[in-house]
Amino acid sequence: MDNFVGNLLRTGVAVSGAIVFSGGLVYLLRHGAEMPAYHVFRGEPADLRTLRGILEDADSLRGRGIIQAGLLLLIATPIARVAYLVFAFAKQGDRLYSLIALIVLLLLFYGLTSGGT
Amino acid sequence: MNILEFTGVIALGSLLAGFLGAITGLGGGVVIVPLLTLLLGVDIRYAIGASLVSVIATSSGAAAAYVKEGYTNIRIGMFLEIATTMGALAGAFLAAKLPVAAIGVIFGAVLLYSAYHSLNPKPELSGLEHPPDRLAALLRMDGTYPTEHGPVIYHVRAVPLGFGLMGVAGVLSGLLGIGSGAVKVLAMDQFMRIPFKVSTTTSNFMIGVTAAASAGVYLRRGYIDPGVAMPVMLGVLAGSMIGARFLTGARTPLLRKIFSGAIALIALEMIYNSFAGRL
Repeated sequence: MDNFVGNLLRTGVAVSGAIVFSGGLVYLLRHGAEMPAYHVFRGEPADLRTLRGILEDADSLRGRGIIQAGLLLLIATPIARVAYLVFAFAKQGDRLYSLIALIVLLLLFYGLTSGGT
Repeated sequence: MNILEFTGVIALGSLLAGFLGAITGLGGGVVIVPLLTLLLGVDIRYAIGASLVSVIATSSGAAAAYVKEGYTNIRIGMFLEIATTMGALAGAFLAAKLPVAAIGVIFGAVLLYSAYHSLNPKPELSGLEHPPDRLAALLRMDGTYPTEHGPVIYHVRAVPLGFGLMGVAGVLSGLLGIGSGAVKVLAMDQFMRIPFKVSTTTSNFMIGVTAAASAGVYLRRGYIDPGVAMPVMLGVLAGSMIGARFLTGARTPLLRKIFSGAIALIALEMIYNSFAGRL
């Protein structure tokens, strides 16, 4: 169990880091000479806020879309760890901790699906 | 400053923050938000979103190693994550309601606490001297950790208090985009009487999940900007990996004092700017 969790976390971070890096290269090659405007908060456009929008942007090889897809994978990494533990505890016959992991998993999904204002 | 230069400055600053955070044990996340807001004039909401992402990266990377070494108590972590994720969701929702200046002041206060905590380490209080706790026994939290002389058993106590403090740590994490490792370790080490090494590694194990809970909310709300988060995540991750490789275990007291002093100064500047309405 410990080894699987360790490998899962390491792989998730490595793969998302590589995706963010490649997206960053595309973004900087295309927009590097433009001026940043982060002192004013506008919020991200709708396509960089939802799973579908991010994947569509990444698919059309937009730098910011690829970066955002990598970041989404990074956020999904600890969530995958919790999901794995739901099953790993259940397999060990540990119902109590399988349930505890499931509660945490539901809380995480709630966060991902409800932006809330 | 164009986007290329802006990205380069953030990446270098994040690299240094990650490096110093790893070798002093303070974590790199605490200085990312001040770096972006005070130095580069980035809006604090983008800064918090980017910092949160870097926190997930560093904690997951480090947790991978700790879990394999056998220090992390996955049961304790999993149970307390109920409190930290609920807190993190509350903190993320609160971030949208509070004025920016209030977030700045709270951030400054937490930075001051981290600096103080780092300069005044508490004595280790773990061990077997107290009888097993009923709730901890029911939740099968007691465990062992590896030492040179073989595995050592430890008992856990004060579970409800620890759970409550973890909720607070979660709120701070979701509100400020930090890992709030200092509060988590305080709860486990000082109140639940979990051995220090188990406390720090289990705290780190929980930080990724805690940050993921609020990062989801931040992403949906449009606070996570790829242009800011990309150099922060890559910089902090690279910096903390270099830091961990070069100075494992060898905590340098002088550097720790200097870094803590710098954090205290940043905290005061953050509070001042919040009151001056310049954040």
